[in-house]
Amino acid sequence: MSSNASQIRAGIRSYILENLLFTSNGAELADDASLLDRGIVDSTGVLEIVLYLEEHFAIKVKDSDMLPENFDSVDNMVRFVERTRAAQ
Amino acid sequence: MITTLHHRGPDGYGFHVGQGVGLAHARLSIIDLATGDQPIHNERKSVWTVFNGEIFNYVELRAELQKQGHVFYTQSDTEVIVHLYDRYGDRFVEHLNGQFAIALWDAEAGRLLLARDRAGIRPLFHTSARGRIWFGSEIKSLLAVLPECAALDVQGLVETFTFWGPADPDSVFRGVRSLPPGHLLAIERDGTQTLTRYWDWSFPAQGASPPPFASIEDATVELRSLLVDAVRLQLRADVPVGAYLSGGLDSSGIVALVRGFTETPVRTFSIAFEDAEFDESEHQQAMVRHLRTEHTTLRCSRRDIGEAFPTLIRHTEAPVLRTAPAPLMLLSRAVKAAGYKVVLTGEGADEVFGGYDIFKEAKIRRFWARQPGSKWRSHLLGRLYGYLRHSPVGSPALAQAFFGQGLEHLQRPIFAHVPRWATSQRALAFLSPELRASIGPWDPLEFYERRLPADAMSWSPLARDQYVEAKSLMAAYLLSAQGDRVAMANSVEGRFPFLDHRLIEFANRLPPQWKIRGLREKHILRCALDGLLPADIIERTKQPYRAPDAQSFFTGTEPLDFVADLMSADRLRAAGYFDAAAVGRLFDKCRAGRATGFADNQAFVGILSTMLLDETFIRRPSHQ
Repeated sequence: MSSNASQIRAGIRSYILENLLFTSNGAELADDASLLDRGIVDSTGVLEIVLYLEEHFAIKVKDSDMLPENFDSVDNMVRFVERTRAAQ
Repeated sequence: MITTLHHRGPDGYGFHVGQGVGLAHARLSIIDLATGDQPIHNERKSVWTVFNGEIFNYVELRAELQKQGHVFYTQSDTEVIVHLYDRYGDRFVEHLNGQFAIALWDAEAGRLLLARDRAGIRPLFHTSARGRIWFGSEIKSLLAVLPECAALDVQGLVETFTFWGPADPDSVFRGVRSLPPGHLLAIERDGTQTLTRYWDWSFPAQGASPPPFASIEDATVELRSLLVDAVRLQLRADVPVGAYLSGGLDSSGIVALVRGFTETPVRTFSIAFEDAEFDESEHQQAMVRHLRTEHTTLRCSRRDIGEAFPTLIRHTEAPVLRTAPAPLMLLSRAVKAAGYKVVLTGEGADEVFGGYDIFKEAKIRRFWARQPGSKWRSHLLGRLYGYLRHSPVGSPALAQAFFGQGLEHLQRPIFAHVPRWATSQRALAFLSPELRASIGPWDPLEFYERRLPADAMSWSPLARDQYVEAKSLMAAYLLSAQGDRVAMANSVEGRFPFLDHRLIEFANRLPPQWKIRGLREKHILRCALDGLLPADIIERTKQPYRAPDAQSFFTGTEPLDFVADLMSADRLRAAGYFDAAAVGRLFDKCRAGRATGFADNQAFVGILSTMLLDETFIRRPSHQ
């Protein structure tokens, strides 16, 4: 799947809203908000996100990439996906 | 009222109607089958009692009371209650070693006493309505005559969705109160009510006094002796006694004590799961071979759990956040089918001796909080939760981020429970906006801290964690939804030797490092059971009892019929507790098998069980 940053962002936002916040109200998710601090995910929730990113953006997340700073906000995830795709 | 409790006492009913009082009892005959029918009275028929449970030390109490001149007319344990009251007044309860919910009527004083055992093993609910006090072992007995109580209480629901059970005296039914463990409620002739705490988990101040034993070896000898005596007392019954065998240290230890120190034959029972993630049958079978018991294994599938769930909720009378009680209800059915009325279990050992991961997790987080920048300190978290397929410590860096939350609460007494309550509370996001608005701001940390004893901060951190665990998860959930309710659903009495109050008081005086040595949980208990069990059981790391959760309600992607009905948008909207759109998304996630974490599973099971509660007791009440 080929997509630019805005499509990546839209996909990630939609996934989190639907599957972790269980809402369609986009106003409930700020792109720079920490998902851990807001209690939106625990560490198994992050694993769900990783699975989604791998499946939908055709990337491989290495163990060494399993860091909160890569997955703790929408902004961080978008940057991580772009960076990883560029490197692969 | 009493016929709603037939499952708790199918062997007969008894009644006493006096001036201003009516007592009713449904009997499960275990001790003194011939003459033990209740109510029971004293010599002058001025004191009457009905009670549910057992007074294990009744033999010793009876001998002592007879020496003092009391005359008994039965062989039952019940009768010691009225004589002790005659002799000691309200302090009679301090003499009891047992698990009990007691109602005692003093006809001369015109006063009613309600008393509940120290740990909270037997339930006792009461309410004031129409100028009277009403009480019963289960809420359904009250609903039978007080339909105005058949409404869910928002505060009780919120507490359940946080602590896993309502925080006593709250229940999830409007106006219905649970008598807290270790308490006595006196209702005088003029209606005055006095609630008195006669016992509580208490711990010494850190460093205030030397350890009660010169060495852990001396303490181990004393512990072994106490364990043997607790088991000996709890084997008292005029019917055969069975035991649950989970394959872990605690239940294996109980059965080994029975085999090693008494002549009582014991039949054992266990649950095996089709899902390998939850199954412990390999360890159970090893123990059966070692202990040479006659054994029954109940094989439990996801579908069994799902189909049993509506019956389960009729018995728990509260939402549950996990399905784990359902297999235990099916197990007690197997116990009954085998002709047994009594089972010993290993429940309580983890609270008394520091067995749960939450205690080790808190120990690591406290150690880590001293140097929050330290990576290797937090890596110790990787030693926990190895039994989980989707472990919260699967990625060390993410585990650090998750368990690192709440480190700022280090100095607070509820420090250990912050991560667990945060996970459970995520289910509150599914409440309907109206319900959420009615709750207002509610801080579970402050709520619980206000309930703690004044001297709790002088105790060791482990002691504080044990106290909160014993009061929240154990009393409100484990002893109820996984204990009394699911056993009594099939007229089976669970007994818990590790909750003998002498053992609790003994363990509470021990230094914390004798309970958790490094990260070895229940260290002193392992020492005390050494030689009775195979080495691999002694050394086995605790695997908490769990069962498949949201998956139990789907066959592939198809929900069970009652689940499809209750979780439909129409039903959710009509009930009004939950946001139908949000629950719909969670439902789809669970149906697709994508709900892998605790939070989603707890929310799903909690919502479904709340809807069942509404269906069973409010929309289509069968108790009236």
